[in-house]
Amino acid sequence: MPRTPTALGEAGPVEGGVRGDAHVRVELSGSGLRLDLRSKVEALYGDAIEAEVRGVVERFGVGDARISVEDRGALPAVLRARVETALRRAGRSAPPSDLPSVAEGTARSRRRRSRLYLPGNQPKFMVNAGLHGGDAIIFDLEDSVHPDEKDAARILVRNVLREWSYPGTERMVRINPGNLGFEDLEEIVAALPDLLMIPKVESAEEVRSVAARVEELQAQRQIDRPLWMMPILETAAGIEAAAEIAKAHDRVVAITLGLEDLTADLGVAKTDEGVESLYARSRVVMAAHAARVQPIDSVYGNVGDEEGLRRWAAASRAMGFVGMGCVHPRQIGVLHECFAPTPEEVEKARRIVAAFEEAKAAGRAVVSLGSRMIDPPVVQRALHIMEEADGER
Amino acid sequence: MVSADFVTNAAGRKVPVEVNGRTPPPFAGVGQHHPAGQKAAPSIRSCSDYPRRGDKRMPSLEAALEACGLRDGMTLSSHHHLRNGDRVALSALEAAAKLGTKDLLWFPSASFPCHAPVVDLMETGVVHHIEGSMNGPLGDYCSSGRMRGLGVLRSHGGRWQAIQDGEVPIDIAVIAAPSADFFGNANGCHGPTACGSLGFALADSIYAEKVIVVTDNLVPFPCLPWQIQGNHVDYVVEVDSIGDPSQIVSGTTQITRSPDRLLIADYVARFVKEAGIVRDGFSFQAGAGGIALAFVQFLAPMMREMGVTASFVRGGSTRYLVEMLREGLVGYILDGQTFDLAAVESIATDPRHVPTSPFTSYNYHGKGNFAGIVDFVVLGATEVDLNFNANVNTHSDGRLLHGIGGWQNCLDADCTILALPSMRDRIQVIVDEVTTLTGPGELIDVIVTERGIAIRPDRQDLLEAVRGKGLPLRSLEEIQHEVHALCGGPPRRPIFSDEAVAVIQWVDGTVIDTVWKVES
Repeated sequence: MPRTPTALGEAGPVEGGVRGDAHVRVELSGSGLRLDLRSKVEALYGDAIEAEVRGVVERFGVGDARISVEDRGALPAVLRARVETALRRAGRSAPPSDLPSVAEGTARSRRRRSRLYLPGNQPKFMVNAGLHGGDAIIFDLEDSVHPDEKDAARILVRNVLREWSYPGTERMVRINPGNLGFEDLEEIVAALPDLLMIPKVESAEEVRSVAARVEELQAQRQIDRPLWMMPILETAAGIEAAAEIAKAHDRVVAITLGLEDLTADLGVAKTDEGVESLYARSRVVMAAHAARVQPIDSVYGNVGDEEGLRRWAAASRAMGFVGMGCVHPRQIGVLHECFAPTPEEVEKARRIVAAFEEAKAAGRAVVSLGSRMIDPPVVQRALHIMEEADGER
Repeated sequence: MVSADFVTNAAGRKVPVEVNGRTPPPFAGVGQHHPAGQKAAPSIRSCSDYPRRGDKRMPSLEAALEACGLRDGMTLSSHHHLRNGDRVALSALEAAAKLGTKDLLWFPSASFPCHAPVVDLMETGVVHHIEGSMNGPLGDYCSSGRMRGLGVLRSHGGRWQAIQDGEVPIDIAVIAAPSADFFGNANGCHGPTACGSLGFALADSIYAEKVIVVTDNLVPFPCLPWQIQGNHVDYVVEVDSIGDPSQIVSGTTQITRSPDRLLIADYVARFVKEAGIVRDGFSFQAGAGGIALAFVQFLAPMMREMGVTASFVRGGSTRYLVEMLREGLVGYILDGQTFDLAAVESIATDPRHVPTSPFTSYNYHGKGNFAGIVDFVVLGATEVDLNFNANVNTHSDGRLLHGIGGWQNCLDADCTILALPSMRDRIQVIVDEVTTLTGPGELIDVIVTERGIAIRPDRQDLLEAVRGKGLPLRSLEEIQHEVHALCGGPPRRPIFSDEAVAVIQWVDGTVIDTVWKVES
């Protein structure tokens, strides 16, 4: 029998300091399956770990391999992702597995005051990310993932989306720009995230092409569930196209901007006052409101400066933004305070809702308050404000 | 190794009848064991046998040990205020080795990684066994069954109780002192190796047959304050250095940035507020662990906002407590150990920052203690079970991990809160049955995890106080169920041998559980 070159694949961090993860090495050679498993939770989960590794290997139909695993307490979803990544890096592929059964998708106009960024290849931050009370979490496949680890991150995020639940939290994925983003879609769409963040968008066409591919993938797998989109405008060209991007597709529910990239594009410094991005932010607010989608602000990067975050968020809300991104869970509570409706807003919303109920009871299609006609989205928004007010502690 | 007669105690745990030649009673239930008899005491001495003008200096530790009549099989004690910077305990044991001594019982108030070389002294027969906390290499040595005697783990209060009741007669106490005079008066708050309090050495100084004070900062008589009174001291030895200051106290204590720990600390703060426990004149204890420190950081602004102050706080003290003291948010710090430079400076200069001992704070065989006066305490644990029992001593695979410290003693607070993550990587913290029982669930009122707050069902008062206040109240079963799903089901029960390697004593000296040999 002719010898074929040995195919190797490795995945997962090698440094011993990374807990809750595993390093997997696959060598497709020899005959039969040889597993060399070492784990710090061997006494508690040794058998389970072996079964989890074998499960993935069997799905890939691999019979001859040497697989070594150095486990540092990885949860099953993580361990399986690392094994799969190593097998794929060794050149093997497997048919997609069954769809998960995750609760229904999120509402188009749900609250998006806070969204917590999670580096897409670091499982330890993911497991409890939904416990901090944020409106959304973002599994980031873009800037926080090293170019060599894009494949590992998307497999990990896919597993996490499928296996871990985040009750009450919208699960967003920030895909990569361009072709890499389309590769992300192949893995991610079937794992049923609630929203895709599309970075560095400069035209409506880019949004539509992502949407078209999403729809193909959903149709292939008979997925009938919303997958919303939030384009991120991070360049001067993107800001100038804000109006058309906000209206690009009916899956778009919000637009946001990325100030780090934008200020770099403009060649200016990012300041705490944000004068350099005032026009861009105003433009995004206008475009979003014109398209009846949510305008959402960038992030405030200095985790230690709560007062600075408070000032920025208050200014954001005053401009018309409805939420911001978070780089640490401790920012979530601050944002929820800052983006909470004021008592006057609650009172107005209460009157609009009352008028709506009255019109409904009277069988009138048109809602009016005093001499003013109330559009359905305004009623919708008023309902949300009431919801928000009820949700406050 | 040890004869294998076991009984089942009131907690349902199998414990050995005999422990290193003694027969401590098995745990009988909280408050059920009633001691009798007289306290122990060293023999009566006469001033005529001590230097006329009080100079008790000896040229070396070896000479002092020899003068104390060091013999094979004696019990030699040390304290752990110098933490991982301690050089004295090991020097004393090594000096004993040079004198050809064998089979010592080393009786530290706690051990640290710097004491790992004691493994070699056990291998060579100098040290027979250890009664005190063991972790790292010492823990592994004991867990693997290589130690000749049984390890005995006691709380700080339990160690005082054992000394006071004569359960462990100390032959020679070696007391490292950051400041001392030739007479033996000593304190921990001054000098280049200052550590704050010396409370853990107090019982040793009072009850040991012979007492040696070792210092690197000999000051003219009188050394003030005399946390250790020279009238108990036989010899004073001056050395170049008693320890490494950088390992004794931390320069500055840092608050954790771990999102999960901060979330837990936040829940604890909200709980004690909503439960009405934080009110004017309240008292609390929170240690120097990550979650407890973060809790204190959340508590202070909450107290400012509510306009309340605490009458006293029990330390482990850090700069965060010191800041609260200075601001007037707390009236007094009653301090058991001093963790950072700011706290050491404070205990040396602020009369409201008071050193305490395990006698005042924790001793169960006394006429009450401070731990029982505290409104609430925030503690950690390795594991808890569905009956609120907790383990602080062993890993989930049974290996020795930690000493007890003041943990058991603190359970006497009016509201005992354990703050801990529900999982550590793939290790589940809420288990069906604790690997080792350190504290009975009937004394543990609230368990706060990042996944919610569980209140022991018979604390209806607490349940009613916080219901409807927006706190994530859940049962331990619910949280456990959620964690099972993430971890891939319940863990396999580790298999233990039937060979005991250590026992856990309860605050009253009874044996509450056994630590079993782990096959490595």
